[in-house]
Amino acid sequence: MSDRTGVVYAYDGSFEGLMCCVFESYEQKEIPNDIQPAGLHQSQQSLFVTEKWIETDKPKADRVFNSIPMKISTQAQELVQLGFLTCAPHKELLIYRFLRLGFRHGSKVMAMLTDDIVNSLQKAVRHLTSESHKFKGFVRFSVYGEVLVAVIEPKNFVLPLLSPHFCDRFHNEAFMIYDKTHSVALIYRSPKAELVFVDQLTLPEVEGTEVEYRRLWKQFYRTIAVAGRNNPRCRMTLMPKRYWGQMTEFDETEGQEISKDSTQWRVAETATEKLQNSIESSDSPFRYSKS
Amino acid sequence: MSDSAKYDVACTSSGVDRGGKLGTIGSAAKAGICHSFSADGRCISLLKVLMTNVCIFDCKYCVNRVSNDPVRVAFTPTELAELTINFYRRNYIEGLFLSSGVIKSPNHTTEQMIKALDLLRNVYHFGGYIHVKAIPGADSELITRLGVLADRMSINIELPSQESLRLLAPDKTKESILRPMGLISTKIQENSTDLVKYRHASKFVPAGQSTQLIVGATPDTDHKILTLTEGLYRKYHLKRVFFSAYMPVAEHSLLPSVDIRPPLLREHRLYQADWLLRFYGFEAKELLDEQNPNFNLQVDPKCNWALNHLEKFPLEVNKTPYEMLLRVPGIGVTSALRILTARRNGLLDFSGLKKIGVVLKRAQYFITCQGKMMEGLRISSDGAIRALMADQYKLPAPYSEQLSLFTEPFLTREDVQQCLTGQV
Ligand code: SF4
Repeated sequence: MSDRTGVVYAYDGSFEGLMCCVFESYEQKEIPNDIQPAGLHQSQQSLFVTEKWIETDKPKADRVFNSIPMKISTQAQELVQLGFLTCAPHKELLIYRFLRLGFRHGSKVMAMLTDDIVNSLQKAVRHLTSESHKFKGFVRFSVYGEVLVAVIEPKNFVLPLLSPHFCDRFHNEAFMIYDKTHSVALIYRSPKAELVFVDQLTLPEVEGTEVEYRRLWKQFYRTIAVAGRNNPRCRMTLMPKRYWGQMTEFDETEGQEISKDSTQWRVAETATEKLQNSIESSDSPFRYSKS
Repeated sequence: MSDSAKYDVACTSSGVDRGGKLGTIGSAAKAGICHSFSADGRCISLLKVLMTNVCIFDCKYCVNRVSNDPVRVAFTPTELAELTINFYRRNYIEGLFLSSGVIKSPNHTTEQMIKALDLLRNVYHFGGYIHVKAIPGADSELITRLGVLADRMSINIELPSQESLRLLAPDKTKESILRPMGLISTKIQENSTDLVKYRHASKFVPAGQSTQLIVGATPDTDHKILTLTEGLYRKYHLKRVFFSAYMPVAEHSLLPSVDIRPPLLREHRLYQADWLLRFYGFEAKELLDEQNPNFNLQVDPKCNWALNHLEKFPLEVNKTPYEMLLRVPGIGVTSALRILTARRNGLLDFSGLKKIGVVLKRAQYFITCQGKMMEGLRISSDGAIRALMADQYKLPAPYSEQLSLFTEPFLTREDVQQCLTGQV
């Protein structure tokens, strides 16, 4: 191919911006060596390499984006969108190269599983989707008044993928999931969900009931493990330590403190009465006090 | 007794079905969401509790049997509903797994469970997943009512033969277990036609039914267990059969001694075989027979099958149909599907297979790419293959299976995940 090479593109970091980089490359018949979001990696390298700023232009971006399902396939379009959310190093270049390959080979690019570019992009997307799947379970909310708040530290930008799941599940609640890694929060209040940049998040003290439910959960977590089957290595594979930071069951700060005034699950002393008697003597063998 | 102690008892006493794999199909999420993993590496997705650990039955293998003397407690339906809702809101859990000791009578117990679930569904409007364990011996009408409130129902067979049941669970009979199982199975099928006919017919256990078998409490062989499992899938259309390595809880002349270790590796082999039945097109009789009634602990069941059928190998990856690709050790459902996709695009070689995710370390002995074996691989005889495989799957010592389990390289992560979480 006679296209010029050697140039590095810089763009505003948006998906549209990246699509414009693709546009530029085809229009100028040049192949960028790298595509970098603004403000990143502008170290030594940029002294020697011509960095070219690519302006984001919605119509151009749309033209590229809409051509993907026509010239390649809708699956490829989805792969590109997801690819943009991954934490793959040089994901922009990967997406760009994938698109070049796709525009050349058409829909069969999706079956080129042994090609390094296709393979790397699909792998990166699998990493993203599996991480987002994990977070569907690992997100831990705390209740502050009427609002549920959770903090996560994912590697990939999973919030757009988590959004439909949690908005559907908690559609009558108001909640926020804060992604510390990317400084973005998903904020939902029926019927609206939005992603907002949040530099820092400081949460108020939690209330007594919150403390109590956390304690109950930790207790459940401890008791459910069957001692004879202890297997820390296995747990580590399935739930690597990097997830533990924001998970209630691994939070040791509140320790074993038991809030004395909480009577949520108190059982009367009579509960230990002999089983047989209680079954015969009364309708309900145990009495509970719940205030 | 303090409130937390009650909670403790309720949780720990669910040890009746300690092996119950919690990763199941949630109502909102098909793939099954694990919310946490316990220290034993199992997925926690449901709040698993007993309504009560009071029990009038006397199953010898159970801590809650009437002849034992644990602290007896019970949840009220309201307590249970509130606990579930509050855990669910915080995303600790995917739902509830409710089971119970038999209090007063199977019918009375079932009524209590209905009360709790009715409260959850209709007062607290809980839309999450509910798995409920039916009580053997309860009336059909009650079981049906329970089934309308739940996503999944299970009735645990626990012991694989009538003789074992008679000896160890004298209050349960094969009939009292299989009758409700048949009932649920029929109801599920009726319901699916109803749903087609009337759009608003209420769903009956939409996530199907499952059961559990205890492994190692009785002398029943793997062959017996696996054949029973296959029968259950065919006859009752069960969604899952779970296996639970027997954890000694009681000293009893009919039970293994209390200091045996739970046969975890055996349980694992059964799960692998179960996987082969459900997704790999194997039949129980291909894996075990009267002559070889138990699994080889050194080699996984699929590898074992392949080693016993070397005449069928090597297979040419570029031509072999899907069903046979699945029988190659080192090729799973995902990689077999990827091979089909990639084949449309040209011939595959070994490096391509590796990228696709085939475990060449195992598969190399059983396949050719474009007519060639993998480079550098020379096998002189079947014996050599055996040696190679056995070496690869070597376990440190015959009886240290528990310790080595899941840490040996011979288990792929996929295997472990699937077996442990029961994800479908
Ligand atoms: S019925 Fe048997 S297994 Fe269930 S709680 Fe009672 S004694 Fe235990």
